[in-house]
Amino acid sequence: MSSLEASIGRLSLRNPTMLASGIMDETAGSFLKVAHAGAGAVVTKSIGSEPRNGYANPTLIELDEGYINAMGLPNPGIEAFAEEMSEARSCPVPIIGSIFASSPKEFAFLASKMQSYGAAAIELNLSCPHAKGYGMELGVDPEVVAAVVKEVKSSCSIPVFAKLTPNTHRLLEVAKAVEAAGGDAIVAINTVKAMAISAEMRRPILSNKGGGLSGPAIKPIGLRCVYDLRSTVKIPIIGAGGVEDWRDAVEYIMAGASAVQVGSGVGRNGLQVFEAICSGMEAFMEREGFGSVRQMVGVAHE
Amino acid sequence: MNKQRIVTITSVAKEVVGITTLRFHDENEVRPGQFYMIWIPGIDEIPMSASYTTAEKGITVKDVGEATKALGDLKIHDRIGIRGPYGNGYEIPAGKVLIAGGGTGMASLLPAAEMIADRDRVDVLIGARTASEILLLERARMASKEVHVSTDDGSMGKKGTVVDLVKEHLQLKHYDIVLGCGPERMLSALLKVCDDASVECQLSLERFMKCGAGLCGSCVIDGVRVCKEGPVFSSAELMKMKEFSSTKRDECGRSIKL
Repeated sequence: MSSLEASIGRLSLRNPTMLASGIMDETAGSFLKVAHAGAGAVVTKSIGSEPRNGYANPTLIELDEGYINAMGLPNPGIEAFAEEMSEARSCPVPIIGSIFASSPKEFAFLASKMQSYGAAAIELNLSCPHAKGYGMELGVDPEVVAAVVKEVKSSCSIPVFAKLTPNTHRLLEVAKAVEAAGGDAIVAINTVKAMAISAEMRRPILSNKGGGLSGPAIKPIGLRCVYDLRSTVKIPIIGAGGVEDWRDAVEYIMAGASAVQVGSGVGRNGLQVFEAICSGMEAFMEREGFGSVRQMVGVAHE
Repeated sequence: MNKQRIVTITSVAKEVVGITTLRFHDENEVRPGQFYMIWIPGIDEIPMSASYTTAEKGITVKDVGEATKALGDLKIHDRIGIRGPYGNGYEIPAGKVLIAGGGTGMASLLPAAEMIADRDRVDVLIGARTASEILLLERARMASKEVHVSTDDGSMGKKGTVVDLVKEHLQLKHYDIVLGCGPERMLSALLKVCDDASVECQLSLERFMKCGAGLCGSCVIDGVRVCKEGPVFSSAELMKMKEFSSTKRDECGRSIKL
């Protein structure tokens, strides 16, 4: 019997699938729905200090091979989010609080709040590709990232994950900075900078013009990043980018990921995507003689 | 896959003051109760129920804000972007159907009435504040032999709400399903009236919607996505919702009292 149990450092999961930040994760009702659909953990929408509307529509376009979005970090703010986290206490899987901020101090403040709300871990959004003053604007500078991780680590005792952007040639330097500053895991990748233009309307479609590409289109990019990260850092890696079936998940795990996040896959395959990945992975592990997820982690390097 | 495409407006009809129907060609199949995401470049993209689901699709827009005003000002040959259709739509069972629409709610319901070929099988009840706001009456009369109207001020049909009319009809006749769309206060009363009469209903809900495609979670009500699992919900689903008729979420996701 193969076991789907997974661990990211000291955080144990019933299976290696996690709901990615930004997808159906603004409300307690949604967390519970996704948990009951089979996810091993849920990551919240990125929460900031103040309520934020995000950008005007259009904020999303669908492509054959994924989505381009620029939501603009809409969120109710950390104070109002207390209510959702409190309602989600009955959630059967860990809730990981994603946060975004413009300075190490602000990140630390949000992290301590998330911890007090019962979050099992923190995910630092250092990678949103389309929000002025946030996300990848900080996340491409190893020194800034190190300062953020250090400050957050000193403000909370739960594990701290850094979600990184592929939109830089300095990904590996940034990852090393996370590790050196005491970060507990790397999440890679966030969306890839992208744009869609309407020929008839002669203009970009998204109101923010630029956005982030997700879904199957970016899976090869994500795999390469995870593979290179595995060769560079010792801390666990959580793979993300175009995971929508068991094969995608296994490929990320073999590249070096301890778990995977599913975002676009929820939109494209429905909430049953988590269960489908798990049952497919379990069958694969039986066939191929893997007793545990851990045995598969990084085997592509051997 | 719901790629965005650009369509040309083929007709513009003023229904009543402030309410306009735009038609356009879209080859995608649309079920009554489903909606499109309508892009007005430079202004916004908003969800709109399909008010025509035959070959020439349509939306019926009430001027309530910047985007809807811009849509109301469009002329033949103007272009808009569309995505969709999204959502589940009404599930029309065999037997007798009662349709109850309040205000612009009729726009999503009329295609359902029209889909029922036998005009004796569907009755239509239309409610509005006053006679001049009664929407899509002529189309309803084409689709059904029995159409009744209520107005808050009694200027046309029965004085009162469309829910009062529903209550009367449920006492008079047997219906297998009630389909409803309108303001949430009306829907809440409608659910109760149907429940009291032990008649199933399907009601179409509205929530602030960002992506429309089941991803962002902005339109969630009690963990259920209005854009994906809805916008049409059954009596059983509605009964379980704590947020139905009590709270909704604003653009940043805060819960606010209705």
